[in-house]
Amino acid sequence: MSERDVMAYDVAIVGAGPAGLACALRMKQQNADLNVCVLEKASAVGAHALAGAVIETEALTELVPNWRDNPPPICVPVEKDEILWMTEKGATKLPMTPPQMNNHGNFIVSLGAMTAWLGDIAEEAGVEIFPGFAAAEALVEDGKVIGIRTGDMGVGKDGGERDGYALGIDIHADLTVFAEGCRGSVSKQLIKQFELDKDASPQTYGIGIKELWQLAPGKGSTGLVQHTVGWPLKSETYGGSFIYHLEGDKVAMGFVVGLDYKDTYLKPFDLWQELKAHPKLADMFEGAELLNYGARAIVEGGWQSMPKLEVPGAMLIGDGGGMLNVPKIKGIHIALRSGILAAEHYHEKKTSEGWDGVLRSSVIAKELKKVRNIRPGFKWGLYGGFVNAGWETVTMGLSPWTLANHADHSSLRKVSEGKDQPTPPVDTGIKPKDRLSAVYYASTEHDEEQPVHLHVADTNICVTQCAEEYDNPCTRFCPANVYEMVEEPAGKRLQINAANCVHCKTCDIKDPYQIINWVTPEGGSGPNYSNM
Amino acid sequence: MKVLVAIKRVVDYNVRVQVKPDGSGVAIDGVKMSVNPFCEIAVEEAMRLKEAGKATEVVVVTIGVEKAQDQLRSALAMGADRAIHVTTDAQMQPLGVARVLQKLVDEEQPGLVLMGKQAIDDDCSQTGQMLAAILGWPQATFAGKLEIDGDKATVAREVDAGLETLNVDLPAVVTTDLRLNEPRYIKIPDIMKAKKKPLDKRPLDELGVDLGPQLTTTKVAPPAQRQPGKKVADVAELVSELKERGLV
Ligand SMILES: Cc1cc2nc3c(=O)[nH]c(=O)nc-3n(C[C@H](O)[C@H](O)[C@H](O)COP(=O)(O)OP(=O)(O)OC[C@H]3O[C@@H](n4cnc5c(N)ncnc54)[C@H](O)[C@@H]3O)c2cc1C
Ligand code: SF4
Repeated sequence: MSERDVMAYDVAIVGAGPAGLACALRMKQQNADLNVCVLEKASAVGAHALAGAVIETEALTELVPNWRDNPPPICVPVEKDEILWMTEKGATKLPMTPPQMNNHGNFIVSLGAMTAWLGDIAEEAGVEIFPGFAAAEALVEDGKVIGIRTGDMGVGKDGGERDGYALGIDIHADLTVFAEGCRGSVSKQLIKQFELDKDASPQTYGIGIKELWQLAPGKGSTGLVQHTVGWPLKSETYGGSFIYHLEGDKVAMGFVVGLDYKDTYLKPFDLWQELKAHPKLADMFEGAELLNYGARAIVEGGWQSMPKLEVPGAMLIGDGGGMLNVPKIKGIHIALRSGILAAEHYHEKKTSEGWDGVLRSSVIAKELKKVRNIRPGFKWGLYGGFVNAGWETVTMGLSPWTLANHADHSSLRKVSEGKDQPTPPVDTGIKPKDRLSAVYYASTEHDEEQPVHLHVADTNICVTQCAEEYDNPCTRFCPANVYEMVEEPAGKRLQINAANCVHCKTCDIKDPYQIINWVTPEGGSGPNYSNM
Repeated sequence: MKVLVAIKRVVDYNVRVQVKPDGSGVAIDGVKMSVNPFCEIAVEEAMRLKEAGKATEVVVVTIGVEKAQDQLRSALAMGADRAIHVTTDAQMQPLGVARVLQKLVDEEQPGLVLMGKQAIDDDCSQTGQMLAAILGWPQATFAGKLEIDGDKATVAREVDAGLETLNVDLPAVVTTDLRLNEPRYIKIPDIMKAKKKPLDKRPLDELGVDLGPQLTTTKVAPPAQRQPGKKVADVAELVSELKERGLV
């Protein structure tokens, strides 16, 4: 057995998303002598990034003051907002845009292109970024996080060593910052081990599916930001779509469904395909070409679900700490801001201690508190939710109450209640035909020789209890068709097509028995998104 | 013996490439770029020669945009000793590349030039052959196995019928095939070491190489879409379907 390499840094950051990169860059801006590294599980910075994305730019300006002179590669000023209330056949444009959805002054970007751009800026400032390396676990010693361990490379299916096997390394750091984004796998271990969520409402999520399209010439409308609510979602299900028009008739679009949905037969992918075929939207796809497909969970619990953000030696920032403004569906500006604030806190105090308090009295807290009751209000359905949202907006979040959240994995109705029925597959004639052909547009890759990175604690439950109670929802919610129940002479069996996984984390969240554990595969595995 | 390895920056093999709407080429903005897989195999082979004591120095070279230095750094992290970056924004073609490499071979005097059998972007599979020709060196292409013994190399070539074994005198040009080896994983400490290794920048127009007449790309088009298939119930239906389409 070879020796494990150990490297030492002042600050080690896990995740090269907006939060991690902002934190790294700010650290170097304050103190150029600090040794700062960023680990990223994607094979390149931005290759796992997926968002709409319309951004608010205040935090970006603070971080990169001259960004307008040298903007991220995709950066289009928002010209117009539109919200469509959909019914099966019709669509009504809302006469006015709720204030949270007013994007005047904001920009449409690609999170992937933007993080790659920000990564270059951080590297120029001396940050060491290591794409293709996943943090597999936190190193904890005497109740203090002292760094992280990267995953081994070249492990065989059976756990043995393959040709070229390389042991992971330990990175020791005075401060470790977890910026893994929504449902971070190491953050999840930490939250559990240190009981960081014991005083918080359960965290809740949504699943976001995204596609990038090249429309036929003249069909796009640069700067137009459209959202839809309503059909094909039932009133009991939270969600809607976004359609953001970039330059050159390219359009970024997608669909978000709250993972507190109740109908076990609901298929987020199929609903999105149905929506695209709606008479109001279908025309857009004539002569159009699908460029990219992907999916990512989005954190929706808001203020009341934020875990404690510090442990000795480490901090949580960005979506990994649950910071996202749900009514605005925006988290990038908050991720950037939390990265900046975390770096400033460390610069001043040289410790993670006190970070939780700093964040909870920051502008981020103010923003999140104000909208804290809007998302949970949609438990009263779409109409009730809107009425509540109106109230919360008018009163600027000053209601004396805070609505609680409930864990997404506990929301499904059982088949035996008889309320929900299976639905036939949807084929609208608009690409992608099904999830398998969609995954092809995610350019995802996992060396098939490596162990399966989706750990199912007890596959017996799948064929017995889950099959009976919920008819195996994993076969429907996964946007990449990773889970299949196959019939064999010996009976049913769960098949995991792990190579197709796009790292959205939905299964880890929604599985009703919480027996699926998403762990990091070999570094560099996963989607290879371009401009998502 | 010094080994010169030529590598190319290409769109990563996992990426689904997209043709630009105007047909002028393939879209590469925001697309993940990597070392051409065959070139990576060439670097790995050079490292194995060095580790076996057959090579004394491994020099990697690429010709291309500023960002192509990322690919050179990867090769340095795999273990190469130093790198030469011939910088240019021009679209390079096999003959031009071969002429630039010829110039570098003159300067460096390697005992072996290793390169990929082809780049996965343009699939030309010409550069190694052209380089050998203009150098007047022996060549062994599509190597599946390479052994060096003194001033001779034995190369098992992957050909349609199986393996063909050649003996060539060194110096020679050898191009690599997929089965030659499995490139190693890069480790973080190696990346750190690579940052400190010499990387020599040479602007293309200062090399004084005449790139010669170049090819012009007139149009790039995606492959034609396949019509969806149709399932037939039996032979009778198959025959009638084929008849209907005038195929039988
Ligand atoms: C469909 C959708 C649409 C959205 N639209 C918008 C929008 O319009 N505007 C907006 O502001 N926000 C939007 N968001 C939210 C936004 O994407 C997030 O708030 C933001 O990306 C959070 O940044 P982050 O840095 O915290 O996490 P992320 O952006 O998720 O980055 C985390 C990074 O860490 C890496 N990582 C994770 N675990 C590990 C590990 N163990 N080791 C190494 N690397 C690891 C990941 O690969 C990733 O690159 C949207 C989100 C979705 C899903
Ligand atoms: S397996 Fe899980 S993480 Fe992977 S794509 Fe499917 S739901 Fe997402």
